[in-house]
Amino acid sequence: MLNFAMRRILMSILVAITVSIIAFFLVRVSGDVAIALAGEEASAEDISEIREIYGLDRPIIIQYVDWLGKAVQGDFGESLFFPETVWELVATRLPTTLRLALAGLVISLLIGIPFGVIAALRPNSWIDRLSMTIAVAGQAIPTFWMALMLMVLFGLMLGWTPISGDESWQHFILPAVTLGYYSTPPIMRLTRSGMLEVLSADYIRTAYAKGLHPAPVLFKHALRNAVIPVVALASVQFGHMLSGAIVIESVFAMQGIGYLAWESILRKDIAVIQTILLVVCLFYVFLTVLSDLLNAWLDPRIRVS
Amino acid sequence: MSALLEVIDLTVDIPLTDGVLHPVRGISFSIERGETLCVVGESGCGKSLTSLAIMGLLPKRAKREASVLRIGDVDISKASQRQMANVRGNHMAMIFQEPMTSLNPAYTVGNQLEEAYLRHRSASRQEARERAIYLLEKVGITGAAERLKQYPHQLSGGLRQRVMIAMALMCGPGLIIADEPTTALDVTIQAQILLLLAELQREFEMGLLLITHDLGVVARVADRVAVMYAGQIVEQGAAKEVFERPLHPYTRGLMGCIPIPGKTQRGGHLGSIPGLVPSLVGDMHGCAFRDRCSHARASCAEFDQLKDLGGGRAYRCVMSVEDAAETARETVA
Amino acid sequence: MADVSATAPDAPAEPAVGGAARRQAALDPARALAPSPTARFFRRARGHTSVTFGGGMLLAILLMAVFAPLLAPHDPYAQDLFNRLSPPFWMDGADPNHLLGTDKLGRDYLSRIIYGAQISLLIGVATAFLSGVIGSALGVTAGYFGGRVDTVITFIITTRLSMPIVLVALAIVALVGGSLEAVVLVLGFLLWDRYAVVMRSATQQARNMDYVSAARAIGCPTWRIVLSEIMPNVINNLIVIATFEVAHAILLEAALSFLGLGVQPPAPSWGLMIAEGKEFLLFDPWVIAIPGVALSILVLAVNMLGDGIRDISAPENRS
Repeated sequence: MLNFAMRRILMSILVAITVSIIAFFLVRVSGDVAIALAGEEASAEDISEIREIYGLDRPIIIQYVDWLGKAVQGDFGESLFFPETVWELVATRLPTTLRLALAGLVISLLIGIPFGVIAALRPNSWIDRLSMTIAVAGQAIPTFWMALMLMVLFGLMLGWTPISGDESWQHFILPAVTLGYYSTPPIMRLTRSGMLEVLSADYIRTAYAKGLHPAPVLFKHALRNAVIPVVALASVQFGHMLSGAIVIESVFAMQGIGYLAWESILRKDIAVIQTILLVVCLFYVFLTVLSDLLNAWLDPRIRVS
Repeated sequence: MSALLEVIDLTVDIPLTDGVLHPVRGISFSIERGETLCVVGESGCGKSLTSLAIMGLLPKRAKREASVLRIGDVDISKASQRQMANVRGNHMAMIFQEPMTSLNPAYTVGNQLEEAYLRHRSASRQEARERAIYLLEKVGITGAAERLKQYPHQLSGGLRQRVMIAMALMCGPGLIIADEPTTALDVTIQAQILLLLAELQREFEMGLLLITHDLGVVARVADRVAVMYAGQIVEQGAAKEVFERPLHPYTRGLMGCIPIPGKTQRGGHLGSIPGLVPSLVGDMHGCAFRDRCSHARASCAEFDQLKDLGGGRAYRCVMSVEDAAETARETVA
Repeated sequence: MADVSATAPDAPAEPAVGGAARRQAALDPARALAPSPTARFFRRARGHTSVTFGGGMLLAILLMAVFAPLLAPHDPYAQDLFNRLSPPFWMDGADPNHLLGTDKLGRDYLSRIIYGAQISLLIGVATAFLSGVIGSALGVTAGYFGGRVDTVITFIITTRLSMPIVLVALAIVALVGGSLEAVVLVLGFLLWDRYAVVMRSATQQARNMDYVSAARAIGCPTWRIVLSEIMPNVINNLIVIATFEVAHAILLEAALSFLGLGVQPPAPSWGLMIAEGKEFLLFDPWVIAIPGVALSILVLAVNMLGDGIRDISAPENRS
């Protein structure tokens, strides 16, 4: 198990480095940064001046190493529009996004797992078909549209929840539901198929043969095995929620890194874009490793020996 | 003294989309304490389903009926699932064919053993643990205390089957049902496990219902044998009797498939039974074996009775005992 | 020990389609007369509700897109500033000339919805195709050659999976400028991961089959093996993934356009229409409701089709 963990972590460090390179180069390669910064009306002089100021005339490898070196020390540069440093900007807004993503994940697990279990217990029954239908339909609805519709219904028409900002936990309800509903179907399906497979396993028959009642067979024996891949999926879904936060935060005007990313992209605030990209990518890498490790740890066949 | 297990007229029906399947049709037998009954037959004859029916472990769609179904003093013919759960693992326990997949990979061996005990006895974890160690040693596993902490995947197939046996014994059941317990094991281990089962049965004075397709196993451990074909028992009796004087053509066919040291000629032919098992769907009447029987006659199409010869000996064939003996002489090459 | 049971020997693994399958069929007249796998597929397809329903809806939308010039009552770009935000037919004050009403610039909503289908379908299919080519090439290569090649490609896949698509797509589109072509290219070069993963494992499985070893043994060149033995057997997976990626691309384009960084106005992209209607959320929610419903129906149709195809082509996966 330790061996496995070490290898995974090593591999992920490699990926992290690659990702940092991509995060850096992506922004610079998709167009001349100096021109983008200068704007449409800039003269050639303005552009070359900007190039000098930002050190954009140096070889790109040097620029990367320079950036990486500073980044490792926590210096991510400065924003073009905010007084704070990029690090301060990101650090203050990251918690909001993390809270939102976590809330979304919790919602999708609280709905997805129980419904998946019920569907597996009564395969092809009306409740199974109904949950599957809702799941399939749900995945067809664009998240930003769902956000707006929920806003109209619960925020404006019924007035049950606030519709923008992030001051209180009530402000997180609609955004979290919007983020969460999209991940609910895959979790539900995986739980369902995992349970179906596990319930037909020989050791379940053994459990009944010992005289165990259905409840312990279901929860202690079946779910414990069926939930392993769901944990891995939940990890991946959390990453998707970090990504999806960009749209949700913009719709609900929440001060998270998603909204910050969008604002910065529109304003071509390069340093901020790069940093957010790097941070989210690193989160992804971390989550992937976490899900692999959790997967291995939860299965004694991998954990022991 | 009444029998430990009594089964009379056990029937299992499974409704399918295009008819009803009758995998078990009117099975009757009994097992005494300390006795081993082997139920033998080919794949699909209904022997496994019989054992699952007795344990109440049939799939939901299946319907079970029996005029008598009793284990010890407990009448289980009309028992609810809750009542059956109190009987399973307690008065009777079952051992399955696949030791590799019959244990939960997520929990230790100790956990699963103790669970079997704590379910039916209000005891402490410590007491359960001690009982588990005691039984692991009884089934021949050394270093029992360490084994408790191991996970199933760390044990070989033979060891896992021993654990399964220990698990079945945790609550001291009167009856053990073993469904092909050695089929999935190496040949060398098979003998050990069978021997172990026989020893434990003697020591704990249990009844043993052993399901198998292997006549060699029957010859080794059976006190009595019941031969099943197409959902029915076609012959039963003391093992020695049935082996030496098989009355039913199917039984005789089975015996002819085995090489017997001393009898079968070198370079001679081993028998085989031509044809396939008939469909078990829909109405069935008459002798199920008649399409494959070399002695079939017109009356076989209407005959379907178990002839009881007393002393537990019975067979299901239209031929008289004398005719059967006559044809036996013809068959032996 | 004597064994009484009559067990049939395990059937050898048989290729479903491809050169080996054809050769086998040629040798066995009974099999040659049996319906081909494609015919069997379609027969199963017709009986499966997901496929018929989803496929039917998709076909309807496709036809709507193709015949847009004939179906749309107005020019989707024609503005009528005296007739802004006219409500759709089920509300009071509706204009019979504009069944689904008009948007904030007086453009006919029904026409814009009809033409919008073109954009969604075009982007969906083009992206799925582009990413399909990239992903399959990577996946099949990794699965077939294994070893170092596999390690490198797996690393590439892992790296790609470590990047948030929306963020990356937004960043790139912002810098190169939003347009339909940009969206297709950016998404096409980002959405190939599922293809790669599935094609890789499918190829690995197919590669281990005996019929591939046989082909290699007779000196069949690699490209030939890949094309005629492996591809036909993994194409089912490919089609299923393609349908889901079409849906994925459609939703992503809608999101990008909604955020202002996708297809640019005045194009009738459904996502863009939702963005343009955002300001009227309180009083005229129908402005954003209608294109949202259109998107949902299209994506639902595609997803149902994909689900159905997957169920059919892998009967053992059916619940």
